Amino acid sequence: MLRRAVGKSLAFAGFTIQYGCIAHCTLEYIGELVVCSGPSMEPTIINHDLVFSERLSRHFYTIKKGDIVIVKSPFDPRMNICKRVIGLEGDKVCTSSPSDTFKTHTYVPKGHVWLEGDNLRNSTDSRAYGPVPYALIRGRVCLKVLQAEKTGATFYPLRSEGLPRGFKKQLILHVAT
Amino acid sequence: MAAMCSHVRSSSFRVKCCRRQVGMAQSSAFGRRCARAFVSGFFVAVPVTVTVLDRLAYIARVEGASMQPSLNPEGQTTSDVVLLSRWSVRDYQVQRGDIVSLLSPKNPQQKIIKRVIGLEGDLVKTRGYKNRYVKVPDGHFWIEGDHHGHSLDSNSFGPVSLGLVHGRASHIIWPPHRWQRITPSIPGGCALLLHRDRLPPSDQDD
Repeated sequence: MLRRAVGKSLAFAGFTIQYGCIAHCTLEYIGELVVCSGPSMEPTIINHDLVFSERLSRHFYTIKKGDIVIVKSPFDPRMNICKRVIGLEGDKVCTSSPSDTFKTHTYVPKGHVWLEGDNLRNSTDSRAYGPVPYALIRGRVCLKVLQAEKTGATFYPLRSEGLPRGFKKQLILHVAT
Repeated sequence: MAAMCSHVRSSSFRVKCCRRQVGMAQSSAFGRRCARAFVSGFFVAVPVTVTVLDRLAYIARVEGASMQPSLNPEGQTTSDVVLLSRWSVRDYQVQRGDIVSLLSPKNPQQKIIKRVIGLEGDLVKTRGYKNRYVKVPDGHFWIEGDHHGHSLDSNSFGPVSLGLVHGRASHIIWPPHRWQRITPSIPGGCALLLHRDRLPPSDQDD
């Protein structure tokens, strides 16, 4: 009787560990569902949208300009932020706000990316804190699963070509490194 | 007769064939069992290993001279193998003097191992950085190699974000005669100038 109870609890513990490990690997290396909050990525991602972020392109270093990424905040690693990649290492980017008359430019250093929100007026991004190390990127947002406003699921992929107007002007020069 | 012969021959051939099929069926059942055991073992072993390496502990070989004399004291001849505790940095808690491994901010594919000198809010005296004194910003820390001048550390790329921490070196496990626990210690001639608790309040505000 006791032996059976011990065996059952051991088997249960084993299965828990196994499925916990499989869940960890899936979340860490394939992707996860994330709820976005905050206004900085409007109108692409609205407050409380549910998005799918995939990890593979971060592990294979295939993140391109224009991708929306989820990044650990450089000032609080427990918090995640969602922004669009504007420049990769070696790119020349515009650091001033769009209304400024005098534009200032800078080069993105090696191993870093330049991030900006789509809502340029209401976004704390690389214009405020500078380039962000690539290693802080957690995943690329590739699918909007559930829209907050509508009822029912809407699946549609977020492409990197869908840059809002005014963004392409900021990508002035690409310097091969 | 010739036809008979051929018939007999063919039937015996058929019998042989059948026997071979039975043998194949047995061996294929055995193979299937093996394959099933392998797959189930694979689905247990690989995720468990990956999770242990990601969450609990990681083993890495130290290359380069940047942490001499704490690590790799003999130079090029041998390289130390360290146990990196990933569990102790799960909440991004590091202390001054700890040896930590982190993803290099210059090259995300590379991991570097350095000593923590200053935490957020500390005032650090730099060696060859663009500012003489640096106040470490929130969510960042200041790292330096023990071998000054031979180390690519915060003196060249500034304070680094806590999110890049990978693990804390807790033991040296190879070579055997150097087996020891690594205790946090801040080397002499240290760069830390002012602890954040001793900074005047007016300084902390800005």
